[in-house]
Amino acid sequence: MAARAIWKGELKLGTTKVPIKLYSAVEDRTVRFHVLDDRAKKRVKQHMIDPDSGEEVPSEEIQKGYEIEPGKYVILTQEELEKLEPPASRDVELEEFLPQNTISQQWYDRPYYVGLDGDETSYFALVEALQNKEREAIAHWVMRKKYYAGVLRAVGDYLFLFTLRDAKEVILSSELTKPTGAAPNQKELAMATQLVEMLQGELDAKAYKDEYRERVMEFIEQKAKGRAPKLQPVKAKRKTTALDSVLAKSIEALRRKEKRAA
Amino acid sequence: MEPEEETSAGRPFWSGTLTFGLVSVPVSLFPATRGNRTSLRMLGPDGQPLARKYFAENTGKDLDADDVVRGYDVGKEKYVIVTDEELERLAPEKTRDIDLKQFVPAESIPPTHFERGYFLVPAAGSQKAYKLLAETMDKSELAGIATFVMRGKEYLIAIFSDNGILRAETMRFADELRSPSDVGLPKKGKTSKATVTKFEKLITNKSKKQFAPSKLEDKQADSLLKLVKKKQHKRGSVVRVEEEAESDQKVIDLVQVLKKSLGAKK
Repeated sequence: MAARAIWKGELKLGTTKVPIKLYSAVEDRTVRFHVLDDRAKKRVKQHMIDPDSGEEVPSEEIQKGYEIEPGKYVILTQEELEKLEPPASRDVELEEFLPQNTISQQWYDRPYYVGLDGDETSYFALVEALQNKEREAIAHWVMRKKYYAGVLRAVGDYLFLFTLRDAKEVILSSELTKPTGAAPNQKELAMATQLVEMLQGELDAKAYKDEYRERVMEFIEQKAKGRAPKLQPVKAKRKTTALDSVLAKSIEALRRKEKRAA
Repeated sequence: MEPEEETSAGRPFWSGTLTFGLVSVPVSLFPATRGNRTSLRMLGPDGQPLARKYFAENTGKDLDADDVVRGYDVGKEKYVIVTDEELERLAPEKTRDIDLKQFVPAESIPPTHFERGYFLVPAAGSQKAYKLLAETMDKSELAGIATFVMRGKEYLIAIFSDNGILRAETMRFADELRSPSDVGLPKKGKTSKATVTKFEKLITNKSKKQFAPSKLEDKQADSLLKLVKKKQHKRGSVVRVEEEAESDQKVIDLVQVLKKSLGAKK
């Protein structure tokens, strides 16, 4: 079954436009729980209360405030907040093209499939051009009364638009300092490199399954039938041992495993 | 039951052991993003900060964290109750360890997988093993892949060495990503050489070598903060409330917390 588009618009490169539709690339499979009242075993509701009086405050009396210092708020009215909303537009402005992978994964928020909307020739030509040039585009657009910044990439035969996080929210490693303490020596580094190389391979994402989700669902099914499923005891945290002997043992263990497999 | 919302900043999201081979590195995970910089607080008519509270629909009575449980809907208004302890005991090995079983070229991971970033901070005494892994990965340009359980959910993660600091990116599992045919996209048809060339020219014209992160600043957030600045000296638009003694709303600078944890001397 084909998915429903969440938005329609046009990619804009100067005066050239390519009509597109956006689809979520993500299928949420999180196990969803409800919050229940422990006594009645019924679902609960939420409301806002004044913590001092314990009284409920009805939604029409609620104001929104921005905390400028502890305990001091600037009130922003609904009208003011609406004025900050961007004017509606269908344009996805492709402002500049950068070498592929310039934007680090750290910025990535959500991926969307960019589907074509009528103009097949332009769509697939843009895919090819991006691939040939090995570029990704910085995009800006307005969707659901919100500004978005994103990166447009060609992956396989299709275009993807990744929404990006606000630059001021992302913490970069350059803002931090490297950990202090003793440095590993040359012998340890050589052994660790050997170990990592033995574990090196190609990523097969399909080989990694969410086994935990399956266990949770199985547990729920058992419990629903009135059974008491078995649970494992919680382990204590591990202790650390001397690095060089552990590295040597790791390499040895992997070698044995390889031999057995051969 | 733990509230589902984020715990206060400054405390790690997860603590456990990162392992590769038989080497173990006790670490803590801190988010690599600051909270929303324009989050607004709900206030009452007199400007008093409000609290969100659960209540029972039948009695109207407010419920504390101890009065609520987590339930899975099995239909007909029936729920299976699941506790925190049960969730942890379903996979105890995975809630404590991140076992790097594979290393892959860092650039080879499809970008659709990436979800959220965390910095890894070494626990006291594990700085050397931490540095060993970071330096080794830096040189080989590899990322370590593992699965682990954090807060009742299993994650696939990639761990990168970023300037000598280990950064984990949680990733979506393959079955959480739609394929082009799931979405209903048509198979690639023939393109015209002329159109491809036209787009290539447009791309070249707008190509840049360097990226300015300022291009990714949220304009809406900026204008909200400007409005706040304008209003903060205006009478009638600012409210001041007595600070609660045990306020958990303290603003914590995540970067300071990270710096302190990375630089811990022990």
